[in-house]
Amino acid sequence: MTGHHHIDSVKTYVFVFLALIFATVATTAVAFVDLGRFSVVVALAIAVCKMLLVALFFMHVRHSTALTKLVLIGALLWLAILILVTLSDFASRGWIGTLGR
Amino acid sequence: MITAAAQEREHYLNASYGLKSWLLTKDHKRIGLLYLMTVTLFFFLGGAFATLIRIELLTPQGDLVSSDTYNKLFTMHGVAMVFFFLIPSIPATLGNFFLPMMIGARDLAFPRINLLSWYLLVIGGLFSLAAMLAGGVDTGWTFYTPLSTSYSNTWVILTALGIFIAGFSSILTGLNFIVTVHRMRAPGMTWFRLPLFVWANYATSLIQVLGTPVLAVTIVLLFCERVFHIGIFDPKLGGDPVLFQHMFWFYSHPAVYIMILPAMGVISELVSTFSRKPVFGYGFVAFSSVAIAVLGFLVWGHHLFVSTQSVYAGMVFSFLSYFVAIPSAIKVFNWTATLYKGSISFATPMLYAFGFIGLFTIGGLTGLFVACLGFDVHVHDTYFVVAHFHYIMVGGTIMAYLGGIHYWWPKMTGRMYPEGWAKLSALVIFLGFNLTFFPQFILGYVGMPRRYHVYPEEFQVLHVLSTAGASVLAVGYLMPMVYLIWSLRYGAVAGANPWGASGLEWQVSSPPPKHNFEETPVVTTDAYDYSKVMGEVIEVG
Amino acid sequence: MADHAHVETLALREQFDTAAQQKDASTLGMWIFLITEIMFFGGMFMVYTVYRSAYPDVFAIASSTLNVYIGAANTVVLLCSSLTMVLAVRAAQLGQKKAIVTFIVLTLILGFVFLGVKAYEWNEKFQEHHIPGLSFHLEEVAPGLQGQAQLFFSLYFAMTGLHALHMVIGAGIMFVLIRHAMQGRYNAEYYTPVDVGGLYWHFVDIIWIFLFPLLYLIDRHLKG
Repeated sequence: MTGHHHIDSVKTYVFVFLALIFATVATTAVAFVDLGRFSVVVALAIAVCKMLLVALFFMHVRHSTALTKLVLIGALLWLAILILVTLSDFASRGWIGTLGR
Repeated sequence: MITAAAQEREHYLNASYGLKSWLLTKDHKRIGLLYLMTVTLFFFLGGAFATLIRIELLTPQGDLVSSDTYNKLFTMHGVAMVFFFLIPSIPATLGNFFLPMMIGARDLAFPRINLLSWYLLVIGGLFSLAAMLAGGVDTGWTFYTPLSTSYSNTWVILTALGIFIAGFSSILTGLNFIVTVHRMRAPGMTWFRLPLFVWANYATSLIQVLGTPVLAVTIVLLFCERVFHIGIFDPKLGGDPVLFQHMFWFYSHPAVYIMILPAMGVISELVSTFSRKPVFGYGFVAFSSVAIAVLGFLVWGHHLFVSTQSVYAGMVFSFLSYFVAIPSAIKVFNWTATLYKGSISFATPMLYAFGFIGLFTIGGLTGLFVACLGFDVHVHDTYFVVAHFHYIMVGGTIMAYLGGIHYWWPKMTGRMYPEGWAKLSALVIFLGFNLTFFPQFILGYVGMPRRYHVYPEEFQVLHVLSTAGASVLAVGYLMPMVYLIWSLRYGAVAGANPWGASGLEWQVSSPPPKHNFEETPVVTTDAYDYSKVMGEVIEVG
Repeated sequence: MADHAHVETLALREQFDTAAQQKDASTLGMWIFLITEIMFFGGMFMVYTVYRSAYPDVFAIASSTLNVYIGAANTVVLLCSSLTMVLAVRAAQLGQKKAIVTFIVLTLILGFVFLGVKAYEWNEKFQEHHIPGLSFHLEEVAPGLQGQAQLFFSLYFAMTGLHALHMVIGAGIMFVLIRHAMQGRYNAEYYTPVDVGGLYWHFVDIIWIFLFPLLYLIDRHLKG
C-alpha cells in the first residue's frame, strides 16, 4: 500500500519555512528573557514544534502510512526511555539510604 | 549416491561457481552460509580462549598465565563469543537463509545491504582479531571506565573499533528483516500466519535497530575519552564512570535478548514439527516475543545494582526485571503444552529442543535469583552470575542453534547428517555442558569471584569438575564439525521435506532453487497446519 | 502471480513484485535507518542532559561564549536548505528534471555554507583555547571548575562534529543525486532516491534544530 500521491504546493512549503524561521527568531529572542527554570522548557517546546513542522510537512509524515508514524513515535519513545530512566538514577541518589544501615 | 536427475537440477549452490559468485552474491541463502562459516570461526576462537581459562582454573594458583594475561583471556573470550558469534549467529545464518522463504519471498528487501552486513562483520572481526594478535585487551568484554579509558594499556580502541563496525552489521540486518517482514510477505501470508521463527527474528530486529546505535555512540565516547581525555567518564574532570555503565548496558541488556529470541524462534519450529502439532497458544508466543523485546529495554539497571546507582533506581529495575521473565515463561509453558498429546519423535533437533527447554528454564530461574536486589548484592561478580548467563547462552542459545542447524541442514545442503553420530554428540554436549556449568552455581554461591584465576584451595574440586566438563563439551562441539562436513559428500540425499514439517521452506526442493519459489506462493492456511503436509516422514528415535 | 521472470530495472528490482512495493520498502528502510540515527545521537543528548543538570551554572557560562547570532544565522541557512530539498522532491514528483537539479544544487551550496560557518566557529574556539585538551582554559570560570567547563565544550565539539560528519555524508549523497538527476534517471514514476535523500537531509536538519538551543541558548539572559 502506498502512502502518498499527494503533491503539496510550493505555497505550503514556503509557509512552513516561514514558520520555522519565525520559531528560530523566537527561540533566540526568548533566550534573553529570564524565565528561570522554564527557559529550557520553552526552548525544547519550540524545538519540538520545529521538528514536527519539518517532519510532518518536509518529510511528508502527514501523508505517510500509519506504519511510518508508528516508527517515528516508537523512536521518540525509546529516546525518552534512554534519557529519562538514566536521569532517574542520578536524580534519585540519596533518596533511600544504604540498605541495612 | 546422487541420481543423475538430482545432479542436473539447478539450485542456489550450483547456479553459479567461483569465488566472485560467492563474494559478490546477492542471494540471501549464500549470504547465510557465508555468515555460517564466519561465526563458526569466531566460535572456535572464543572456545580456544575458554579452553585456556579452564586449564588455568584447574589449580588454585595462577600458574599457567600471569594475571594480566588471564584478564586478556576472559576479555577476548567474551568479545569473540558475544559480538562475533552469539549476536549474529541465528539471525544472520538461519534467519538470513529462511526468513524470506518462510514468508514466501524471493529474497530480503535489500540484498546488497545484506551482503554489506556480512562484510561489516568480517571487517569488524578482523579489527578485533588484529587487536587480539597484537596483544589483546584486558578490560573485560564490558569495557568499564575508568579502567578502559584511563588505566589499561592494552588494545582497547582497536578492539572497540571492531565491535563498532560489527554493530552496523547487526543494525543493517535488523533493518533488512523489519522491512522484509512488513513489505514482502506473499499473498495470504498475514501476520498471524507467520511461522513463530519469523516473529522471533522480527522482535530481535526491533532490538537491533533501537539498541545497537547506543552501543555505537558509547564506543565513540569511549574513544574520545581514551584519546582526548575529554572528561566524560573521568571523576577528576567532573565526569561519572557509572554513566558509561548506563550507556553500555542500555544496549547490552537488550543484546542478551538478541541472543535468545531467535533461539526461542527455532525451538518453536522444532517443538511443533517433532510433535506434529501446532504450537499451543500461537498468539501468546508471538506477542511474548515482542513483549520480551520491549520489556528488555527497561531493565538494564540490574547490572548496576552495586555500582553506586541509586537504591531507588535499583528497586525499580529489580521490579521490572521480574516482569521480563513472564513472557519467557509463557513460551516455556506453551512449548510444553504443545508436547501434550503430540506425536513426538526424538530426532536430533528435538533432543536439542528438549535440552534447551530444561537448561533455559534453569538459566531463567537463576536470572530471577540475580534480579532480586538483595540476593544480587551477594552474588554479583561471582561465578553464580557466570553460570546463570552460560546456562542461557550456551544451554539455551547454542543448543537451539545446533538444533536449528541440524533441522535445516537437509534443506540447506540437500544432504542428511548421520543421525546416530548426531544423537551421540547432542548427548555429549548436554552432559559436558552441565558438568561444566552446574558446579559454577555452587562456586559462585560459596564466594568464588569471576575474573579471578587465583582462588582458595577449597574451591579446587568444583573447578576441576568444571574443567572436566569443558573438555567433554569441547568434544561434543567438535563432533558436528566433523560429521556435518562429512555429510556434504557422503550423507544421504535429502528430499524436500524429510521431517514432514509445515512451512513454505519445506515445499521447495532441497537445496532450494536460486529464487526460492518458481511462482510466488499463495497462503491459505495458518502456520503449523499438518493436515496439508505431504512430506516423507523418516522413522527416527 | 508475479515471479522472477521480469527484467530488473531501477524502479523494479528482482526481489520485488511491483514498483509500489519497492518504493514503500525503500522509504520504510530509510525511516528505520533514521530511527537508528535518533538513538545514536540520542546517546549524546542523554550525556548532555546528565551533565547540564549536574553543572547548570558552568554550562550556562560556557554556552555564553558561543556566538548566538552566528548560530542562529546558521540555523536559518540549514532551514533554507531543507526548503530547497523538499522543493527538489516536489520537482521530482512532477518530473521536472531541470528543477530537480537546480534545487539539489542549491541545497548542496547551502550545506557548504553551513559547514563553512561551522569551520569558522570552531577556529574561533581554537583561538580562545576552548578546545578540550591540554591547553583548554575558560577564563570566565574558576580554576576548580575547568573540568566541568571542558565537559561542555567536549559535548559541543562531539555533537556538532558528529552533526557535521552527517552533513558531509549528506553532501556526498547530494552529489550522487545531482549526477543521476542530470542523467535523467528520475521522473514522476521513479524518484525514490531523491525522496529518501531528502528524508536524510531533513533529519540532519532536525538534529541541528535541537543542537542550537541546547548548546547556544543556555540561560542567555544571564549574560545578555
